[in-house]
Amino acid sequence: MRVVEILESDEAIVEISGTRIRVRTDFIEDVRKGDYLIVHTGIAIQKLDKSEAESILDVWRREI
Amino acid sequence: MRFLDEYRRPDLMRKMYTKIENSGMRITIMEVCGTHTVNMARTGIRWRVKPWVKLLSGPGCPVCVCTEEDLWMAAEAMRMGLVVATFGDMVRVPFYGTSLEKERARGGRFRVVYSPLDALRLAENSGKDIVFLGVGFETTAPGIALALIEAENRGITNFSVIPLMRLIPPAIKRILERGEVKIDGFILPGHVSTIIGSKPYEFIVKEYDKPAVVSGFEPLDILGSILYIMRMIEEGKPEILNEYKRVVREEGNLLAKEIMGRVFSICDREWRGLGEIPCSGLELREEYRKYDAVEKFSLGDEVPEYRQRDRVKCRCGDVISGLIEPFECPLFGRICNPSNPMGPCMVSSEGSCAAYYKYGGKMGER
Amino acid sequence: MKDSILLGHGSGGILTHRLVREVFARNFGEVLKYGDKALLEISGELAYTTDSFVVNPLFFKGGDIGRLSVSGTVNDVITCGARPVAISASFILEEGLSMEVLYKIVESMREASEESSVRIITGDTKVVERGKCDGIYITTTGIGVKIAELNVSGRFLKPGDVIILTGDIGRHGAAVMAARLGIESEVESDCRPLIDLLEPISKVGEGVHAIRDPTRGGVATTLNEFAEESSVTIYIKEEEIPISEEVRGISELLGLDPLYLACEGRMVIVASEDSSDELLCELKKTDSARKAKVVGEVVKGEPRVILENEGGGRRIIQMLSGEQLPRIC
Repeated sequence: MRVVEILESDEAIVEISGTRIRVRTDFIEDVRKGDYLIVHTGIAIQKLDKSEAESILDVWRREI
Repeated sequence: MRFLDEYRRPDLMRKMYTKIENSGMRITIMEVCGTHTVNMARTGIRWRVKPWVKLLSGPGCPVCVCTEEDLWMAAEAMRMGLVVATFGDMVRVPFYGTSLEKERARGGRFRVVYSPLDALRLAENSGKDIVFLGVGFETTAPGIALALIEAENRGITNFSVIPLMRLIPPAIKRILERGEVKIDGFILPGHVSTIIGSKPYEFIVKEYDKPAVVSGFEPLDILGSILYIMRMIEEGKPEILNEYKRVVREEGNLLAKEIMGRVFSICDREWRGLGEIPCSGLELREEYRKYDAVEKFSLGDEVPEYRQRDRVKCRCGDVISGLIEPFECPLFGRICNPSNPMGPCMVSSEGSCAAYYKYGGKMGER
Repeated sequence: MKDSILLGHGSGGILTHRLVREVFARNFGEVLKYGDKALLEISGELAYTTDSFVVNPLFFKGGDIGRLSVSGTVNDVITCGARPVAISASFILEEGLSMEVLYKIVESMREASEESSVRIITGDTKVVERGKCDGIYITTTGIGVKIAELNVSGRFLKPGDVIILTGDIGRHGAAVMAARLGIESEVESDCRPLIDLLEPISKVGEGVHAIRDPTRGGVATTLNEFAEESSVTIYIKEEEIPISEEVRGISELLGLDPLYLACEGRMVIVASEDSSDELLCELKKTDSARKAKVVGEVVKGEPRVILENEGGGRRIIQMLSGEQLPRIC
């Protein structure tokens, strides 16, 4: 889910295909607009590492 | 949705299937995560990789591993006139001849919430006594801890939690200890691991010499993880591998772990199908005991005599411990189905029996 | 006109008459003429359907209970292969319901009935004590005249038939779920009366074997009903099923399956292979079905619905059992 707005007090608005929800970001260091967060029951549990996301795709494309 | 579609590419999936088929292996891999259970069934992967890989479902559904005694406390709370806040999945789970839904028909009240913080908000706004049913693994526990810290900070006293949180690694250990099921490797839960990292699983390699892969949830993640396990078996080099590096860090989420440690301490807990497992549950620390609904309202003192499973020979416990696949239960697809569930595995959206039934037809396999 | 509904509004006296005049008659016109009974002159085979609407919340993106109550019944009549002529509307109102809310709902019903060229010609109102119902419950009954060229039924599917969806699925279920959970979403209900579909399907006539709106339980349930009623196997191609990005997004978030989410402005149409090209062409000329497409076919076999996905997997889709609730993790 993509962060579209950072709010005060450890919260952010995230969006996925036109749906927006408010999530807690207490467990994420340094949240920025445009970050992708993994959300579970309204709480962000990790930030997506975009370079790792690309590299595993490369691994598969190559190895197969 | 860029980051999802790429992991579902049919051409790469087909290539991975071919590799699996050409491996010449016959292995059993256990997964311990409800989302893996469902995704493997929904995408057809579960059936497609047989007979080379038997994908066995373990204790990965946080709803299914709760005991009937656990759920009875929620019914007690409802009968006392308290409002129970719960995740949606719990509502139709049968226990002691009743369910939360049936208790509502008797006059009890519950509210379905999406987040533990919604339950806290409910307490704040309604002024009523809200009892939150704290079901979940390490993925959900930090959020519950957050709600409790918030309750403390805001001085909210009409909020409490029935602590039913459980930990995955001890459950895996119990299954390996029992040795009743032949397992060649594990696919480890992506989001539990996001919190705890990969270290807690090392005993799988050190003590049992088996490979395990922390896996994402998309088809390519799952098929890729199967291929990694196959390679490790072939080379005789079992390790804990992290396939889900884009989300899971080796150390897990330190902030989340810290919050959990502040609010919870580890305790022994009984699991459906696996018995009492030492150090496998979370309870509230001394400073937060005032939020423990079990103490606050003296829940669980008197439990009815006949459990659901005594009445109907439900084998959810055996499904959870990987002893049988859902379709091997005599009730599966006959008297037990999603409209008329005999146990949690058929009614929980993460339950193995529900996944096999919904996505595999009445016979649960292809 | 008072600000909210009182018990007196349902008792048949002055308050009731004022309510009828100022709210219902103003929107439904003929209700003044007939009151709670009506005479119609109709010839031909009659279609007669009824449905109750208890949706919560009353208002959601893309519609409200009023619009739903008219569209739902109009569409039910259409699935009989009939042209809807008139509707009756019964209301159970909760004491304390805001008059403004009631007016908005009734207005919405008028708009939907005008869209469908259908008259709401009679109705009834009762009021119950606060707490005895959820704001408002509406029951609508529809009468229509069977169209001679159309013989449709869930029992008429034949091997070789083609399955057509008139548009993207799951919108209504997703919109209501979002509204209920207080989640901000761009998903809009597809709630609408599908009166404009009568022309294309009548034109094709004999080739159309079945038509049904996939409401409660979604497309998966409707297809299962067809498979059971005709004792056939239905194959659906997953990549052909139209699902909007917004519905996909909220489904991912809440762990929902669009195949089981209600649609209130869509039809599943089953037609013979020969007539399918013509039918599709005609459907695409309408507003309601301009994105109609073929998603599967009927074959001989055990009554079941099988979904094939691109990656090479196949699975059986069951009917919906229980309610779809957001997942735990």
